[in-house]
Amino acid sequence: MRDRLQEWVPRIVLAPSFAAIVIFVYGFILYTGWLSLTDSRMLPNNEFIGLANYEKLFGLRHWNVALKNLFIFGTLYIVISSALGLFLAILLDQQIRNEGFIRTVYLYPMAISFIVTGVAWKWFLDPGIGLQNTMHQWGWQSFEFTWIKDRNLAIYTIVIAAIWQSSGYVMAMFLAGLRGVDNEVIKAAQVDGASGFLIYRRIIIPMMRPVFLSAFVVLTHLAIKSYDLIVAMTGGGPGRATEMPATFMYSYTFTRNQMGVGASSAIIMLIMIFSIIVPYLYSEIRAGRDKK
Amino acid sequence: MSASSQDNALQTSGIMRAMIYALLIFFVIYYLLPLWIMIANSLKPLEEIHSGDMLAPPRSITFEPWRSAWSTTQVGVEATGLRPYFINSILMVVPAVVLSTFLGALNGYVLTKWQFRGANLVFGLMLLACFIPFQIVLIPMARILGMLGLAGTIPGLVMVHTIYGLGFTTLFFRNYYAAFPTELVRAAQIDGASFFQVFWRILVPSSGPIIVVTIIWQFTNVWNDFLFGASFSSYDSTPITVALNNLVNSSTGVKEYNVHFAGAILAALPTLIVYIVSGRYFVRGLMAGAVKG
Repeated sequence: MRDRLQEWVPRIVLAPSFAAIVIFVYGFILYTGWLSLTDSRMLPNNEFIGLANYEKLFGLRHWNVALKNLFIFGTLYIVISSALGLFLAILLDQQIRNEGFIRTVYLYPMAISFIVTGVAWKWFLDPGIGLQNTMHQWGWQSFEFTWIKDRNLAIYTIVIAAIWQSSGYVMAMFLAGLRGVDNEVIKAAQVDGASGFLIYRRIIIPMMRPVFLSAFVVLTHLAIKSYDLIVAMTGGGPGRATEMPATFMYSYTFTRNQMGVGASSAIIMLIMIFSIIVPYLYSEIRAGRDKK
Repeated sequence: MSASSQDNALQTSGIMRAMIYALLIFFVIYYLLPLWIMIANSLKPLEEIHSGDMLAPPRSITFEPWRSAWSTTQVGVEATGLRPYFINSILMVVPAVVLSTFLGALNGYVLTKWQFRGANLVFGLMLLACFIPFQIVLIPMARILGMLGLAGTIPGLVMVHTIYGLGFTTLFFRNYYAAFPTELVRAAQIDGASFFQVFWRILVPSSGPIIVVTIIWQFTNVWNDFLFGASFSSYDSTPITVALNNLVNSSTGVKEYNVHFAGAILAALPTLIVYIVSGRYFVRGLMAGAVKG
């Protein structure tokens, strides 16, 4: 009897967590999916209207602005963060004195809330009191930097702040990758007379392919989820010029009382993330199993 | 991230090395700049910010903005400063971190040392749950919290953060326990140790590092959360990130930039201190979050 009980204990221990994930993650996904097919406004209702919300969503100018912004933001954020991260990792991998200190400085933004850093960037980029004013004080009277107030350029200020926040993280990923490179390969290349630059370009950087993939996946998923930084820096403005899918979902669901449309935008966000994460996790887990 | 092999360094000339150091120092300044702006300007009187140079150190140091941000400034409708919200965040973070870490340890133990059919599927579903955009759960969660009578309360936020933290805490402990020798567990079982005795006497005592990694990861994430706080808190359960945003983006009154900066540092201080004291463990968490399987 006691043995039978012991056999069940592990499953009983795991059950609450598993049930919570099944209900609060997958059950909720299904429920939101259902709502996206209904005529829900301020409150959920069960009147089925097919894909009408999705048709409406992709006809909305706000949503198309959000997608365009996500594309601009995502591309620049991923490319520049990866390039900067790799560059800093290579610099730091040259037997640098105080490497620990420098690494700590490069990475600290990841420990801070986007709301906090949003405050710093918001006021620093504010033409009235920030960088522009400072340059005027320094005597450069013609200096102008009004991007954050400019409908066409405000999205790039979000890019600047987001790269500042995450590039150290990417640096840490590449540094871990560089430290895993086999020295023998490099020594052999040096014996053959290859220059340092060539060794990086031809040998080491191509070996970083798995790190590029991890960085791409992590940064893409962060880009799609971006919410806090936009709220803190621009609140989606000026006008709705820095709207992104996450802010769109929130405002349509909770302030504009268009829950059906909001739910359909959340489903699109989920599809975007899963189409990148699911193949990645699947290949990682398979690779992990093959190793064993 | 160990410093084991450092031999990849290029053989470089003196000028080249000087350039590398110059670049590294340039980026140190770049990363510290926003922090410097916040600190310097939080110590200036408001007129000095209006008339002056945001990058300059304060000419006349005042601690008034800090006092105001902490206890007297107008946040929302009340002139309470950020203090009550800071306390809300602590009341929310501590139970959420303890619960999710404890459950993650138990889950990791079961998933690695008590293999059963479907264990991989269970883990796969928990892992995938780490990456969902939380917008997808906002509407049903709001309803459920309402049904449970937890809408707008701190226990409600604790529940939300515990549930959505489980994926990562389970991942951390599972990967850690996977490398723990199963023979030790089997030997203890043969000696008659029960499920929980094995957990408490054999696994927990050797879990120090991963407990620290998990606690830091959860603490940082829950403290810095904005979306759940903005969606599920009410007037008396608002966490500090939401209160800070209300303070900075309120459209009424004079914009007290120095108070905003002081408030921002107050909101960042707990996670910043944890990072400075135990950054090594924080980085391990970040890496585990990026490299799975």
